[in-house]
Amino acid sequence: MKRSLALTCTLAASIMLSLPTVVMADDVKSLRGTAGIDAASAAPVIKQWAPDQEPIERDYVQQPPLVPHAVEGYKMNRKVNKCLSCHGWTKYKEAGATKISQTHFADRDENVLANIAPRRYFCDGCHVPQRNAKPLVSNTFTPVPAIHQP
Amino acid sequence: MNDKNRQDGDSGSQARGWREFFLRPTARYSVASLLVLGGAVGILFWGGFNWAMELSNTEDFCISCHEMRVNVYEEYKDTIHYNNRTGVRATCSDCHVPKEWQHKVVRKIVATNELLHKVLGSIDTPEKFEAKRLKLARIVWRTMERTDSRECRNCHDYESMEYMAQSRRAVDRHIKGFDEGKTCIDCHKGIAHSLPDMHEEDPSIVVGVVEE
Repeated sequence: MKRSLALTCTLAASIMLSLPTVVMADDVKSLRGTAGIDAASAAPVIKQWAPDQEPIERDYVQQPPLVPHAVEGYKMNRKVNKCLSCHGWTKYKEAGATKISQTHFADRDENVLANIAPRRYFCDGCHVPQRNAKPLVSNTFTPVPAIHQP
Repeated sequence: MNDKNRQDGDSGSQARGWREFFLRPTARYSVASLLVLGGAVGILFWGGFNWAMELSNTEDFCISCHEMRVNVYEEYKDTIHYNNRTGVRATCSDCHVPKEWQHKVVRKIVATNELLHKVLGSIDTPEKFEAKRLKLARIVWRTMERTDSRECRNCHDYESMEYMAQSRRAVDRHIKGFDEGKTCIDCHKGIAHSLPDMHEEDPSIVVGVVEE
């Protein structure tokens, strides 16, 4: 008897505590919008790739440079890497492209290899092309002035 | 002895028969009816020949063999010549069969070699195809170099190119390339199919030797 009373009290208390949360949930707007869970949300507009542009300045020191051109259809696998046909050391001058950094030739033990290290071979793991899209979540990030003139 | 005589006689009369067939004028049919009939048969034969040859230029025909369907056709479906903004499609024969008649017939005769390899099963699994991919790709590349990428230029004429509408990279390299007398395939390899392992062809665009 005593035990069931304690249980009931605990249950009632937890319901009362959770009530404000339930009310607040109505005010929260998810990234998906306010459409009901069974309704289809509006399809986002498909953004075009940004047109070719000059190299994009970095926003922080360790940032992998962004890709200032579209890379649609570029193949990158163990048999061929399309990016290297312009950015490789034998090609960059003729192509007028940025040369791959020397850091990409070292494995994780800092042994410098004769070719690009397998861990740095898949370019799009770090270097990404751009679309003109607004950030989904706003932020107040400011680049450091030392590398990015405002 | 008798048999030999009969044989000689047979071949002798056969030769005479052929000579008569070609040289002896007919006394039975009028020249007009022979001309009309000959013309009609000619049109039927010629039309039928070209019709059959065009039938072998259709995508359905190309991918009726699984070597094409499961390998190169699947890869092509991911590329701009299959799926693009304007909906203009270049199918197999647009790139791989010349448009001009004399080159087309030569290509078709060369292609009969593929029938032999179909029977031999040279590339009847994706693994066998992959093992031969570089060799096969090189045949196509070398042909296109020899013909100055004739099949590309059936649609892509550099005199019609509007550089203002091209990306910066494309403008630079097109102007430079045309000045140097390069041909399309020199740069545009692997645009409609996956590239082979490029280590042998151009070691600077791949990480290293792929051990199978």
